[in-house]
Amino acid sequence: MGGKYLLRRIGLFFLVLWGAATLNFFIPRLSSTDPIRSRLATMAVSSGYVQSNVEELVRTYQAKFGLDQPLYLQYLRYLKDMFTFNFGYSLSLYPAQVLDLVLRALPWTIGLLLVSTLMAFIVGTLFGALMAWPKSPRFFGAFAAPLLTLSAVPHYLLGLILLYLFAFTIKALPLYGGYPAGIEPTLSLPFIFTIMRHAILPAASIVLAEVGFWSLGMRSMMITTEGEDYMLFAEARGLRNPFIFARYALRNAMLPQYTSLALSIGRIVSGSVLVEVIFTYPGVGSLLYTAIKGSDYFVIYGIVFMIIITLGLATLVLDLVYPLLDPRIRYGKA
Amino acid sequence: METITANTAEVIAPLPSWRERTGERAGSFGMYLRRNPALAIGLVILILLLSIGIVGPLFVDTAQAQPGGASYPELAPSREYPLGTDYLGRNLFAVVVAGLPLTLRVGVIAGLVGTVIGIILGFVAGYTGGATDNVIRTLADMLLTVPGLMVLIVLASTIKGSITVDQMALVVASLAWMWPTRTIRSQVLSMRERAYVQMAKMSGMKAWEIIFYELMPNLLPYLAASFVGAVGSAVLASVGLEALGLGPQNAPTMGMTIYWAISDNALIRGLWWWWMTPIVLLMLFFVSLMLISTGLDEIANPRIRRSTT
Repeated sequence: MGGKYLLRRIGLFFLVLWGAATLNFFIPRLSSTDPIRSRLATMAVSSGYVQSNVEELVRTYQAKFGLDQPLYLQYLRYLKDMFTFNFGYSLSLYPAQVLDLVLRALPWTIGLLLVSTLMAFIVGTLFGALMAWPKSPRFFGAFAAPLLTLSAVPHYLLGLILLYLFAFTIKALPLYGGYPAGIEPTLSLPFIFTIMRHAILPAASIVLAEVGFWSLGMRSMMITTEGEDYMLFAEARGLRNPFIFARYALRNAMLPQYTSLALSIGRIVSGSVLVEVIFTYPGVGSLLYTAIKGSDYFVIYGIVFMIIITLGLATLVLDLVYPLLDPRIRYGKA
Repeated sequence: METITANTAEVIAPLPSWRERTGERAGSFGMYLRRNPALAIGLVILILLLSIGIVGPLFVDTAQAQPGGASYPELAPSREYPLGTDYLGRNLFAVVVAGLPLTLRVGVIAGLVGTVIGIILGFVAGYTGGATDNVIRTLADMLLTVPGLMVLIVLASTIKGSITVDQMALVVASLAWMWPTRTIRSQVLSMRERAYVQMAKMSGMKAWEIIFYELMPNLLPYLAASFVGAVGSAVLASVGLEALGLGPQNAPTMGMTIYWAISDNALIRGLWWWWMTPIVLLMLFFVSLMLISTGLDEIANPRIRRSTT
């Protein structure tokens, strides 16, 4: 792997982090709304009590959050805070730390996403390969149109329909949440079972929407691969069909799927944020939704920054691993 | 130069008139659609969706799309309210007639802005190369690794509440240009070295003339495909933002309808007609765009024609 490429790729990652932090810092300052003032205003409205010394209160808070210093000092301090994961306090759940809130929600999101993305990737890739393989049963071809349709539909819209069918109409699965209300999360077998029961529908809506994407990509790669000379040669050597399918066709056609994985993580995560909202799943997406509803700006910026970091890291790893999987790729020599 | 153009003008037969040529083209386009059913079906669905906003006002008063517009809230579909009414008494048929065009408008504005920026940056990067190319490429790559919805959430949450439909479109457009830039840049890179471009350069054409007369016409299918893609992702992003409550609060767009349905628990209360309509319409829209882009792909890459059959 070329060292120059490696440097450029890692540099890009840090550029993304810096860009995200800078965006989080400057965008709020471009708008006329002051988070502290607007928060105090909503609090005053909701409690029906008008504070006479709001200005003084605002100043006290501004001093506390360091908002009275010159802009460049604030900016430098902000960058330092961001890279040490110090996102400050939640405005509506004060004195809860943003980081604590995010860390509590993160396992739910990662668990849901990891399982459903892997499932969609594996099932979709296999399905796509079988759809294009000339010797596979005919009925596979019939799946193309419905899968194509599903892949065009946003995850959370599928989620709403699944929720209505399986949780509301036939009441087979829970309507909302990650686990039943009133139960303390423990690491026991029955609790893990309920968690899985709650995760079925959110996961299914992600998997259903993504399977189409992966199988379509795989199908077209498979068709290209089938035209290669080495496929003809493998057949001429008298190798058995399943062996040619797995070792010759599947392995070669699958490689671009990894690149797609790196490129589509962002799309999947954005989609799953909304899926969590639909299912009130206790992950980062629902936290974000509550924060947006309550104008809890520090929580919003903290979550956005965390998601950008995590995804940047994931894409970086995928990009660096890719040449190990595909010996034809040699970065830096192009 | 002068003498050459004079000579060729004498040799070439008079061009057919504009009217003749477009008539001929329209006819052959109809013939082409028969061979490209994906494009045809996609276009038909899209035209049907577009016509809802145009023909709909003849059947329903769009003022009923506002809260309290219908006489009763939460009515199931009936003869008077074919799509029912919602919690605040909006007539959902009026919501569709008034709101679907707004949702499509966000997509078209954002897609157009994104594609135009993409065309400019793609051509500049691909044609000039060097440091400019590096900066544009790095910026596009950087933004592509970032989940767009997250950045849009930061942008939209700071202008929350007061955002209008058109501002929404511009917010979404701010992240709609990277794919067009990349596709167009790589196409320009491969075309720059073709013989006819070299020929044009040698015959003394200026850079912008080459871009407009030699490169653009050859790129048209790609430009159309990027535009369709940009419109699709813009609508996806805007509906996502709206479903999170970050949209124009009193515009009856499809995303806002979904947001109101979610936040008023329409699903658990069994008011299926409230959220079903926007979902079905959005699904039809996304499927039609997908069919159109498959169809355009076939125009751009004739090689696919053999492999997909």
